[in-house]
Parts: sequence; C-alpha cells; structure tokens
Amino acid sequence: MTAVLQARGLGKKYGKHWALTDCTLDVPAGHVVGLVGPNGAGKTTLLNLASGALPPTSGTITVLGGRPGASTAQLARVGFVAQDTPSYASLSIADHLTLGARLNPGWDAELARQRIERLGLDPAQRAGKLSGGQRAQLALTLGIAKRPDLLLLDEPVAALDPLARREFLQGLLEAAVEHELSVVLSSHLVSDLERACDYLIVLVDSRVQVAGEVEELLATHHRLTGPRRDPERLPAEQQVISASHTDRQSTFIVRTDTPIHDPAWTVSQLSLEDLVLAYMNTTARAHYRPVLEVQR
Amino acid sequence: MIEFHLDERSGVSPYLQLVRQVRQALRLGVLRAGDQLPTVKEVVGRLAINPNTVLKAYRELEHEGLVAARPGVGTFVTVTLADSSLAAHAPLRQDLRRWLAKARRAGLDDESIEALFLTTFRTTAGEDIA
Repeated sequence: MTAVLQARGLGKKYGKHWALTDCTLDVPAGHVVGLVGPNGAGKTTLLNLASGALPPTSGTITVLGGRPGASTAQLARVGFVAQDTPSYASLSIADHLTLGARLNPGWDAELARQRIERLGLDPAQRAGKLSGGQRAQLALTLGIAKRPDLLLLDEPVAALDPLARREFLQGLLEAAVEHELSVVLSSHLVSDLERACDYLIVLVDSRVQVAGEVEELLATHHRLTGPRRDPERLPAEQQVISASHTDRQSTFIVRTDTPIHDPAWTVSQLSLEDLVLAYMNTTARAHYRPVLEVQR
Repeated sequence: MIEFHLDERSGVSPYLQLVRQVRQALRLGVLRAGDQLPTVKEVVGRLAINPNTVLKAYRELEHEGLVAARPGVGTFVTVTLADSSLAAHAPLRQDLRRWLAKARRAGLDDESIEALFLTTFRTTAGEDIA
C-alpha cells in the first residue's frame, strides 16, 4: 500500500524559529490518523506542509506519492479543513456549495446536497448565523464533497461542545468508510481522538516523539512499578519514555518489543492517554539526569 | 439487528467489547442464524469509532465461525446458540440458585460470594489446564 504521507528530514522555519524540525514519517493509506500535541507543537505547520499551503524549509514531503500543491490533480486529491472550520459569514450554505463546485473539478454536488439535507440545514441560511457545530459540519461537507483521497483537518473539534463533537466525528468516520478516505486530524486532546484513530503521531516542541499504529503502540508500551532502580540498570531493549521515583519505588514507562519477565516489576497496561502524556511530559523524562532525585 | 454500545471505563478494548456483545446476544437468543449485523458504516456512524475496529471485531467473529460476510451485502449470523446454552441449562441455574441461597444463609455478602465464585472458578480452570 502506498504511503499517504511521507516525510524525510522535513523542517519549517519562521524567521529564526523552527516550527517543525527533522520530521520523518511514513503514514500508510487507509488509516484515520490522529496528530496530537500541545498548542504550538507544530501540528498546524505539518498539516499546512502536507496540503501544499506552505513550502518546506528543509527536507522533503510527499503526499499520496506527489509533492503537495505541485499540480491541480494533486490539489484535487487532498482536502483540507483549516482550524476553526472557516466559512464565509455573509454567504449562504447554498453559496458555499456553489463555490465548492466552481473550485473543485471532482465536486460531488449530489453528496453535498444530501448531506446538508440530512443535517437538517436550510441551504438559504447564512453561514454567519450557524452554530459552531453546524459551521463545522458545513466545512466537513465541503471537504468530503470535493471527493479527495486524503482529508486533512486541523483541530476540527476543539471548539465544539460534546454533542457536536460526537456528531462531527460520526459524520467524518462515516465518510471515511463510504468513500475509502484516509484522514489526518489534529487535536491537543488525545481523548477527542482515542476511539476515532488507529494511527497516532505525537508532536512536541516541533519534533515527532512517536508515530505508529495505535494497537502496536499500546502493545509495546508498559508501565513498570517496583523497588527503586536506576534507569541505567534496565535492559538495553527497554527504551525509557518516562521515569519517576520516590525514596523506595520507581515507576517507568518503557517501550519494548520483548516481553518483560523481571519478577521485581509489576507490569501494567497503558491507556492511550497515559502513553501520549508520557511523551508530552518532558519534565518527567528524568532518565536524562544521571542522579536520581527523591520525590515525595 | 442489535445496537452496539461502548463502555469507556471498562478497560476492555472497543474491538473486544463489540465481539463480546455479539456473543452475548447469541447466547441470549437476541441474535439467531440469518440475522444481519449492523454494517461497518452504521456502527461507525453511531459510535464514532475507527472503521478498522469494527472490521477487526467482525473478522474475529468470522474466525470463530459465528458470522459470515457476504461481500457487498453485509455480515450475517450463521449459528443459533440460545437453545443449546442458557435455556437448556435450567437445571444448572436451579443448582446455582440453591447454592447462592446457601451462601447467603452462611452470612456471605455479595462481594464475598463473587470472590468465592471467582477464586474457585480460577482454581478449577487452572486444574483443567494442568
């Protein structure tokens, strides 16, 4: 299967500031990919590079095998729903659909009309009068009716209430099944994406911390709890993601492909949220410090 | 047709929850041979979960011989379990009722009864393997 998104040493600099650094990724097709990280981590920059809205400063990126924004054919294959699901406040829903039809060669007018009808929206309604949830659904409709192979969405549910959030994800995932779409959506909250995604990219401080299939990530990350121990004395194949210590006890989150047999450890499973937090919480990554400090 | 639900706090993976709900519906006779399971699109649209989660659950059920996929049509139940399991085990249920009454008379509360059942269940399961 071809990669929907492939990056090699990809970087983007604004002035003197690197918004994305040395990003290398291979995201296979047919996934709903969650791009997770705190605000300012570089999620929007990565999505803008993938959509072709921004050129890279260093490295390369290919999307669906082509260079982002290189041709009209490439542009037609990638849909992009920008942050805050933008729309034109003074234009009606019908105007938005007309605009979509004029701007997109593969526009599926019937799909767009049906979707608006199913949502119970009045085509004559101005976008400025819509609720946040309805505006998000309008933006999603435009993204889907373009009939892309890959749909990129930047923080689509961040501003929505729980019900609108659920309805948005339902619509998005239904479309992913129906049109065999690959999807990349970003959020600063992993809980928003936990059920929807089967592939995860964690971005912190402009760098990709971890990327992979959710199932595999959950199977290879463990929490070890036991008598206090120096991280240096863990087996080499156990990559320490986070470590915390009291005067008697150590707790590690490790990544390893091999089973953990050491009877000193109580091994427990991680939730996806715990896993992401372990990568996000750089202060807890105390294993870089050679001397253990006591935390009580 | 059945409707799936997900318990976020159960700690059981969503895919396994779907598998168990189908098995449970089969045991209770809610699902019988010939019944159709919801389509992947329907489940995804209802629960807002990843499509591959549903596909994995349906593949697992297929592997267990409980359902079969008909390409382009849907996934259908191939067995009826209800008669051969719960209904046919009325005498066992009767025994269990008597035992529960005895346990209560012995002064055990609900948690103690559950704990006693589980430890005994695990011990005998372990003996069967050994």
